[in-house]
Amino acid sequence: MQVMKINELSKTYDEAHGPVAERVSFSVRPGEIFGLLGPSGCGKTTLLRVIAGFETPDSGDILLNGRSIGSIPAERREIGLVFQDYALFPHLSVADNIAFALRGVSKQEKRSRVAETLSLVGLGRFGERMPHELSGGQQQRVALGRAIAAGPKIILLDEPFSNLDASLRDATRSDVRDLLKKTGMSAILVTHDQEEALSISDRLAVMNEGRIEQIGTPETVYHRPRTPFVAQFLGRTNILQGTAGGREAETPLGRLPLDREAHGAVLLSLRPEHLELLREDNGNAPATVLVREFKGHDITYRVQLGGIEYLAHTEYYRSFHPGQGVRVVPRAPAVVLQHRTWCTTERETPEAVE
Amino acid sequence: MPASGRRPPWFLLVAASIGAIGVLLPLAYLVLRAFEADLQAVQALVFRQRNLRLLFNTLTLSFTVLVGTTLLAVPLAFITVRTDIRHKRLLTILATLPLAVPGYVMAYALISLGGNYGILARLTGLALPRMSGLSGAAAALTLYTYPYLFLNLRAALAGVDPSYEETARSLGYGRTEIFFKVTLPHLRPALLAGWLVIGLYVLGDFGAVALMRYEVFSYAIFTQYHGAFDRVYAAWLSLMLLAMTVGVVGLEWRLLGRTKLWRSGSGVGRKPAEVPLGRTRPFAKLFVWLVILAAVGLPVLILSYWLLLSPPDLRPPQVAASFAASAGASVPAAALAALLALPVAYTAARYPSVISRTLERAAYIGYAIPPLALALAMVFFALRSAPALYQTLPLLILAYALNFQALAIGPIRSAVLQASPRLEEAARSLGRNRVEAFVSTVLPLLRRGIVAGGVLVFVIAMKELPITFLLAPTGYRTLAMNVFSRTSEAMLAQAAPYAAAIVVFSGLFIGFLLKHEGSR
Repeated sequence: MQVMKINELSKTYDEAHGPVAERVSFSVRPGEIFGLLGPSGCGKTTLLRVIAGFETPDSGDILLNGRSIGSIPAERREIGLVFQDYALFPHLSVADNIAFALRGVSKQEKRSRVAETLSLVGLGRFGERMPHELSGGQQQRVALGRAIAAGPKIILLDEPFSNLDASLRDATRSDVRDLLKKTGMSAILVTHDQEEALSISDRLAVMNEGRIEQIGTPETVYHRPRTPFVAQFLGRTNILQGTAGGREAETPLGRLPLDREAHGAVLLSLRPEHLELLREDNGNAPATVLVREFKGHDITYRVQLGGIEYLAHTEYYRSFHPGQGVRVVPRAPAVVLQHRTWCTTERETPEAVE
Repeated sequence: MPASGRRPPWFLLVAASIGAIGVLLPLAYLVLRAFEADLQAVQALVFRQRNLRLLFNTLTLSFTVLVGTTLLAVPLAFITVRTDIRHKRLLTILATLPLAVPGYVMAYALISLGGNYGILARLTGLALPRMSGLSGAAAALTLYTYPYLFLNLRAALAGVDPSYEETARSLGYGRTEIFFKVTLPHLRPALLAGWLVIGLYVLGDFGAVALMRYEVFSYAIFTQYHGAFDRVYAAWLSLMLLAMTVGVVGLEWRLLGRTKLWRSGSGVGRKPAEVPLGRTRPFAKLFVWLVILAAVGLPVLILSYWLLLSPPDLRPPQVAASFAASAGASVPAAALAALLALPVAYTAARYPSVISRTLERAAYIGYAIPPLALALAMVFFALRSAPALYQTLPLLILAYALNFQALAIGPIRSAVLQASPRLEEAARSLGRNRVEAFVSTVLPLLRRGIVAGGVLVFVIAMKELPITFLLAPTGYRTLAMNVFSRTSEAMLAQAAPYAAAIVVFSGLFIGFLLKHEGSR
């Protein structure tokens, strides 16, 4: 069962710059928050605008509750939209902004539904204020309330937290997630912030250069990235070359277990927290600590082994100093990466056994 | 998001084209009319000796005015922006006020100064020759138009990144050298922009040259049309004047294209340090006050003199009726111009593309065209295709609106740019169609821009002379027409109340606009 299904959507603005979306497919389940994560300029926002009906795709189809909406104008798609800058109408009060979403409704009902929405977003007493009299986080909630009040089938959020101060961002993020969950609203959320995408999404798609590289739960995408891009975009990682034979591979770090079966030359990803450093004081240590970055809850080391540099996290109490000899020990199986194979149809990474 | 790839909807393009078509269609009639005569007659008209003289006079006048305005505006701008002179704000406002004194009022003031019955003769018994010809026309136009250059230069001077000049100083250059080698090159775009406006104004001016009886194209068009009734020759003169206009605009584009590199970046946070005037302070003060005295003080004093010392036998109701006639054409013209400009400004702001830029430029054609040529084109158009409109108020209003629509585009476009396109998209995602979304979200935000554009058109149209002269219905006499006809018949005292009404009215508006600018 899906609320929305995107089918092989493609869009090119001008040939010289390549496609902004190429054969993109994914689907959103009822009540789900679906994240679209990617670097700036990878085509996420364009995709959102195509879904909302403000841009026309070159090919592909959009299904909302099983019905194709590709030829329906934006105003009749029943898709809510929350913009990065909120787009609150500056000449209307907060209450009137929300009332704007209610068309063909009697005055009385309008009033009660506006009040309902205001209390839903926790701004019950702010109805008479003008948008510029609210804080960024409050404006964000009005925009979301306005979108919800229209009763859409799904809500699209474009970089909803990027205009907020870092201090407000965490709180607003959980407010928004609670609100969406409370109303059971399905949502697609576009962001370039990997931490944000991982923490708010039920599932997410990682986009790069107009294509989706991987779809899955935050845990799967983080722990079992499918491509070098996904592995590197979702945090720091070590990319290793190796030769696989079944569930093991020969690598510069020695023989490593793999997360799945593979054969021949492979590219592997090992997160820094999956590498352990052990003291080796006997003078013939295989690796040397180059740089130490103290970060409070843990410490990141850059170590050199056989001419290659690796990143490793250790617990705060295991302290090494630059120049010290160490041994590098993997603590988890290495993840086998694909050399750029695209998810042209919706293929999901099987839920990982963590 | 990239809006450049999107095409504006057809109904918007149609709406945005109306203003351009309105300007281009009458011009076609001008060409038609010009080619009505047989070939031999046309040859005789085009290769007349007289045309050469008109061309020479027009070029001489334009050049003289450009040199004169530059000599006034550059030091004025530098002194009021970059030095430690006191009362900068007041001096700036005073130096801008001549914009309220239209060329024909300035000419009127200069004319009434000299001569046997002039003010000087009455007050001192000393009869200077009455100003006329090239020197008179150039003086009147210079004093009226230099503020266009002054305002452009002020903005440019305030925007020059001080680090350029500081770099030059650290390399051992003196202040004078720096001004010519570093500052002046940065002012080139502003100079060109100011020169363009002034050049177009001089080409199109009719009132000052007619009162000073200096034979240039626009004056010749008028006498041909009104005195000699030779309309084919008038049409040909208009086409020649149009060709000159095209030449001027083309030249400006070429020159500006090459200076692009020199334009300093905007958004410079640092303000340049003030240059201490030191021993030159008295000279700087003297210069500024002399200019202000000549351009503002003189017309005001002369008007006051005629108004007070020789009270004309005029009843206020007549001036009021004349004012009402000016407003009766200007108010609807302002509304129409804003209406024409709205779709052009919106298309230009929301769908930047070759098409929208072309439409915008086409609207500016209406402003660049010498007003007499446009008026004549409207006459031919009305006589041929809409005789019922000829010599009616609606035709005059239409001509004003087509002439001045470009003035309304700027303020409206800035307002559109300030209203985020997300607002309309938000309204559409909430179930409004394109038109409803625009009306309910963006239009309320454009109110100030539309009013500002309309007011600008209104104020300029109130002073308009040449178009009014050719197109006003019989017996319809505006303030400008009264000033002109009475002055040209040497009834200086009787022209005074009308001229005073124009100056006071425009002065109030310019003061208001400047105050508004300053408070932002």
